[in-house]
Amino acid sequence: MRDKVAFAGIGTTRYGSFPESDSYGLGCEALNMALDDCGLKPSDIDGLIVSRIPSYERFAETMGINPQFCLLTETAGRFSGVSLALASQALYSGAAKYVALVYGNNGRSVRVRYGGGDSQWSPWGMTSPGAIHAMMWRRHMHEFGTTHADLGPVATAFRHHACLNPDAVMHGRPISLLDHDRSRPICEPLQLLDYCLINDGAVAWILTTAERAKDLKRPPVLLSGYARQDNFTYRSSPPDDYWYGNLSATRSVYDRAGIGREDIQGLGIYDNFSPTVMFSLEGLGFCKQGESGDFVRDGTLQLGTGRWPTNTSGGHLSDSYMQGWGIIAECVRQLRDDCGARQIPNVQAMQYICATNIAQSAILRRAA
Amino acid sequence: MSLDTRPKPLIDNWNRPFWEAAKQDKLLIQKCQDTGQCFFPPAPVSPFTGKPRWEWIEASGKGELWSFVVFHQSYFEGMKDELPYLVGMVKLAEGPFMLTNLWDMHPDDAKIGMKLSVRFPGGPGDLVLPQFGPEE
Repeated sequence: MRDKVAFAGIGTTRYGSFPESDSYGLGCEALNMALDDCGLKPSDIDGLIVSRIPSYERFAETMGINPQFCLLTETAGRFSGVSLALASQALYSGAAKYVALVYGNNGRSVRVRYGGGDSQWSPWGMTSPGAIHAMMWRRHMHEFGTTHADLGPVATAFRHHACLNPDAVMHGRPISLLDHDRSRPICEPLQLLDYCLINDGAVAWILTTAERAKDLKRPPVLLSGYARQDNFTYRSSPPDDYWYGNLSATRSVYDRAGIGREDIQGLGIYDNFSPTVMFSLEGLGFCKQGESGDFVRDGTLQLGTGRWPTNTSGGHLSDSYMQGWGIIAECVRQLRDDCGARQIPNVQAMQYICATNIAQSAILRRAA
Repeated sequence: MSLDTRPKPLIDNWNRPFWEAAKQDKLLIQKCQDTGQCFFPPAPVSPFTGKPRWEWIEASGKGELWSFVVFHQSYFEGMKDELPYLVGMVKLAEGPFMLTNLWDMHPDDAKIGMKLSVRFPGGPGDLVLPQFGPEE
């Protein structure tokens, strides 16, 4: 499937708190932006994937779309990449010609709580995705000698990027390593500035075949490669290997894309919590396992100073919590030179990485 | 600190024997009869074979501290008084992991790799929540 499928249209709403709308309203807004971006109408859409919007039927009804390929995904952020792969397979197999993927989230205005509620471990007070990552990072600190301070350059690099991005929730609010160190503990060893934001917003992508994309308004961005490996062993407790095994398996993304790491100029890494960035860098082999602290220390992930500018919009930590959908949209925008003050110079290819029990990586590049 | 106000467990057909045994100060886990490996949380089949050939065994109650976290954020009304509280990830001597509390321990006393053993100090209603502390 190398270079057979393209991003033709991208839409992202404002990010913040919008109690006057909901995930349907925001999703429609993002999809209309994506349709305008590529010059298509709702009636052109014959494939639809909806995420975090409660009903695919209601959404399709609302937008007047009657597709031949349609589904609703689970809300976890790993499903942004999963949806990308499913849409690509549908396009490649001929099941659809133009697939709209729409993610809408009003978690801020309805005060969604990540944690609490009944679960296997709730009687012991164990709850929330943040606690799972805190458990893993504590073990990582023990096993490899990393520290909480090693996470600081991740948080500060992404905040620096948000300050270059007028649309980011945290635009205009710079932070220092000291701010990271002194932020309040949430679930130790993690602190507030290791956690992603919670905000409302929506993202839409329109994908089509590379061939069809040539006839649309914007320069196509190609999906050059995608790799995924799941690991559900011990899924009831935090993984004991930081997903290193299944992340390592996704290094096959380079073979699939036909380009090497050295041909890539920037990264989009799923950053629900700062440690996932470290696990991603180690798992994909940007540094050896256990050495991510040294790797990021001197601004490696920061625009202007580092070889690997990462999450140039600000990511989930500082731009917007759009669960991977926004991070992939930013990769597309980089490859269209749409990023203004946060543009990576001469960018030809971007890599997306998501460290979860469904480990994934994708490589996007400019059409020749 | 009291365990009386803790969230109640979700009891289902598979874990009911675990919760009944905890009332008798016993830690039950499942053992795969084909591979001899143990697993937890309770499940209908062995994850090592996919087959329903397993038996309950009483675990030794010993394990080591794999990792731990300290909660400062309140997620459960009945645990507000315990904040900040410790949750440990314990690797049982028999192999599986359990998430549990480090009973009567201060965060400074928690050391990854330390030997732990189970105790049964109480729980919500008539239920008992296994807790772990320094090996006795």
